[in-house]
Amino acid sequence: MASGIVSWGTYLPYWRLERGSIGAAFGTSPGRGTRAVASYDEDTTTLGVEAARRALQVAGVPVPDDLFFSTPDPAYLDKTNATTVHAALGLPSGSGAYDLCGSVRSGWAAMRMAALAGERHPAIAVLSDLRTGLPGGAEESQGGDGAAAFVFASEGAVADVLGQASVTDEFLDRWRVPGETASRQWEDRFGEEALVPLARKAFAEALRRAALTVDDIDHLVVAGLHARAVASLRSTLGVPAERVAPDYAARVGNLGAAQSATGLADVLERASSGEVIAVLCVADGADAVVLRTTPALPGVQAARRHAGLVDVADAVDHGRTDLPYAVYLTWRGNLRREPPRRPDPERPDAPAMRRNEGWKFGFAASRCLECGFVHLPPTRVCLSCHSVDRMEPLRLADVRGTVATYTVDQLAYSLSPPMVGAVIDFDGGGRYRGEMTDVDLGALAIGTRIEMTFRCFYTAQGVHNYFWKARPVSDGVAAPDQVGAGQGAVPAAVRREGRG
Amino acid sequence: MASRGIRDRVAIVGMGCTPFGELWDKSADDLLTDATVACVDSAGIALEDVDAFWLGTLGSGQSGITLSKPLKIDYKPVTRVENFCATGSEAFRNACYAVASGAYDLAMAVGVEKLKDSGYSGLTGIRQVGDGTNAGLSSPAAFSFLVPAYAHKYGVDIDELKSVMTRIAFKNHQNGAVNPRAQFRKEVSMEKIASSPLVAGQLGVFDCSGVSDGAAAVVVCRSEDAARYTDSPLYVKGLSFVAGPAAGVIDPNYDYTSFEEVVRSAADAYQQAGITDPRTQLAMAEVHDCFTPTELVLMEDLGFAERGTAWKEVLAGTFDRDGELPVNPDGGLKSFGHPIGASGLRMLFECWLQLRRQAPPERQIASVTDSGRTLGLTHNLGGGPGECVSFVGVVGSEPTD
Repeated sequence: MASGIVSWGTYLPYWRLERGSIGAAFGTSPGRGTRAVASYDEDTTTLGVEAARRALQVAGVPVPDDLFFSTPDPAYLDKTNATTVHAALGLPSGSGAYDLCGSVRSGWAAMRMAALAGERHPAIAVLSDLRTGLPGGAEESQGGDGAAAFVFASEGAVADVLGQASVTDEFLDRWRVPGETASRQWEDRFGEEALVPLARKAFAEALRRAALTVDDIDHLVVAGLHARAVASLRSTLGVPAERVAPDYAARVGNLGAAQSATGLADVLERASSGEVIAVLCVADGADAVVLRTTPALPGVQAARRHAGLVDVADAVDHGRTDLPYAVYLTWRGNLRREPPRRPDPERPDAPAMRRNEGWKFGFAASRCLECGFVHLPPTRVCLSCHSVDRMEPLRLADVRGTVATYTVDQLAYSLSPPMVGAVIDFDGGGRYRGEMTDVDLGALAIGTRIEMTFRCFYTAQGVHNYFWKARPVSDGVAAPDQVGAGQGAVPAAVRREGRG
Repeated sequence: MASRGIRDRVAIVGMGCTPFGELWDKSADDLLTDATVACVDSAGIALEDVDAFWLGTLGSGQSGITLSKPLKIDYKPVTRVENFCATGSEAFRNACYAVASGAYDLAMAVGVEKLKDSGYSGLTGIRQVGDGTNAGLSSPAAFSFLVPAYAHKYGVDIDELKSVMTRIAFKNHQNGAVNPRAQFRKEVSMEKIASSPLVAGQLGVFDCSGVSDGAAAVVVCRSEDAARYTDSPLYVKGLSFVAGPAAGVIDPNYDYTSFEEVVRSAADAYQQAGITDPRTQLAMAEVHDCFTPTELVLMEDLGFAERGTAWKEVLAGTFDRDGELPVNPDGGLKSFGHPIGASGLRMLFECWLQLRRQAPPERQIASVTDSGRTLGLTHNLGGGPGECVSFVGVVGSEPTD
């Protein structure tokens, strides 16, 4: 049985870098627009988790049996990053989780693998990228950070695959030796001449296999890091300009391995049922796919809105742009700034992380089966009724909460001081004292609504210390506030509006 | 089952306390030696006369050898105890029980901390990595949660509350300024305190206790033996220690304006000591002013002020050295300094001086000399709001009140 797309999720980080700030720092001509920037506590794994969570938050989405994670900038080598994503999503252990890491092209391979696996059981592809480059270079100003995830299954598809084609050739366009942080590129006219004919070939073959013509295409997505080749293809494939999906690179940058899937998500968020979508990925050859949306699409679009998910077209406009260039450079390791005068953090203990996997990666509390009290972190003995071992896990990663009180900690170790600490009361019960991120201190108050986000707290001795932080619920989202017993439990004393 | 206490059964017959501060020239061994020798000298005994030792330190050593090795103690029991910032008081409490039980005649509690070898200006804590999910908030940040919560609960403007915090720091610096053992011996203007760089939330540098080195020691015996060593012992009236279930950090009903552990330990200690109105019965209190809002909240938790009114009492000078109930007349953690394992015993040392009228005239409190009050309280807290251990002790200069 064929599989199709049943859900998708995208994630663009909170921060944007004004390209003008780069020119201002170097005394060169100011660039225009912005690029999306992963925060200091984000990497490709955490970006992927955020995108995948959103894909799975849509009502009715099946639990994936296989997870394929792809990024050119993996947080770990040898160790599988997909297992971290798998754990953060709280997926059952009886499933596969695999990395396809290293090249941009592997991103689309993850989509193909998930589509294939999806014929037998639900599968998810997670594509994530963090484009850094060298200070002052094109990659830095034109790249962007983000992730997208797609769930494939044999039933309930919002888009069916009609045809797929790939073309491969060996040539040197963009490359990076392991250990280097910035990729290199050959003279770009060479890449354009090599890539464009390959892409045309893949595109034509995918259409032929779908038994369609260019005129049948309602939406065309062309993705690739080679800007000239992509621009050329967008205008010369014979698809009218109004049917070519918008390019958001001016505002968020080129998302690299995540660009194709983000573009497809954007189209799905606007498309009607029965429309034909062609996606062309240009990297070391080309991959083309032709899809047709189904009558199930409007229902999933509505379910996404109900879940409070932000469409790509809205997310590109919701970034925070007052990020100083020097701070960006520090986050990326391109500026060696004086560290906080605190002891370096130590790596977390592997056995402890494994014992507490549900808490650390899945943000699962324990709820007392006798009295319902929710404990964060999970405990065996109930605070309220003292029952022993009468607990059930309760995942709160996707539950929202309210700031009961908070503080700005100038002393604590942070890769980007100051650390913001907060006491969070979750809807439906459960209090947690932890760290906040993506915070506008001027807008933070007792009563601020928060959502949880998966982050890397620090890296020590080569170990990434992943855990969850709270962040204010994104602006402009029609949040489905789950006003429940938990909110009523916020102490009246600290529920009032005011500066903390 | 009951907390019966050991009222008047144990007497303090000697004490020693080193100056606190950034003692670059002193090791933990030096500090232990200084405090211990001063203590036995004050009791008129030799170290060999002490039958058992309790050593309190958070992290300046492990095991009883930390004390027995530098002091060359010959084959005596030395118990190392640790209970966060209440470590010194915990050493004292256990030494008291040892003599009260009849197991030993003379017991010594010694507390020490050598913090200033770390190379960092603040507290650096101890290794607690585990699964890496513990929030890395600093101590001032954890206590800074008290400020907005108190302001909201009692409708106090946050700027007014900051001035209350400033007043507490000002008072404790005033007290420390005339205490030769204190780490900071200068008065600091309210303007300087209020405008000091922020550390966490509304807490500035001057809202935080001093990180310092120091040691203190006490020797106790059964009360009936006290006259062998001194004409003016202090009697132990009540000792209470509680560890909470860390409810505040996970219970949405906790509102960050009180330490339940302090309320419970105070009630227990007052019951043991027969205290019904601490504000009028106590001559003085040494409380755990690790940060200025802590002292504010403690005034209510210890029953010195009604809920929601301590901020007014602070501004009215109730707890000044010449006020109705002097609090931290020695300068407190704020200006005397906070070498963690020693602090609880340092508090006791101030009771030792004040209740026995041996403080220098310029800082002897009138509640003893003029009002004739005889009881002193020490309060020692470890952890933070919602998750702490608390000690409350009461000592007095008269065998019966």
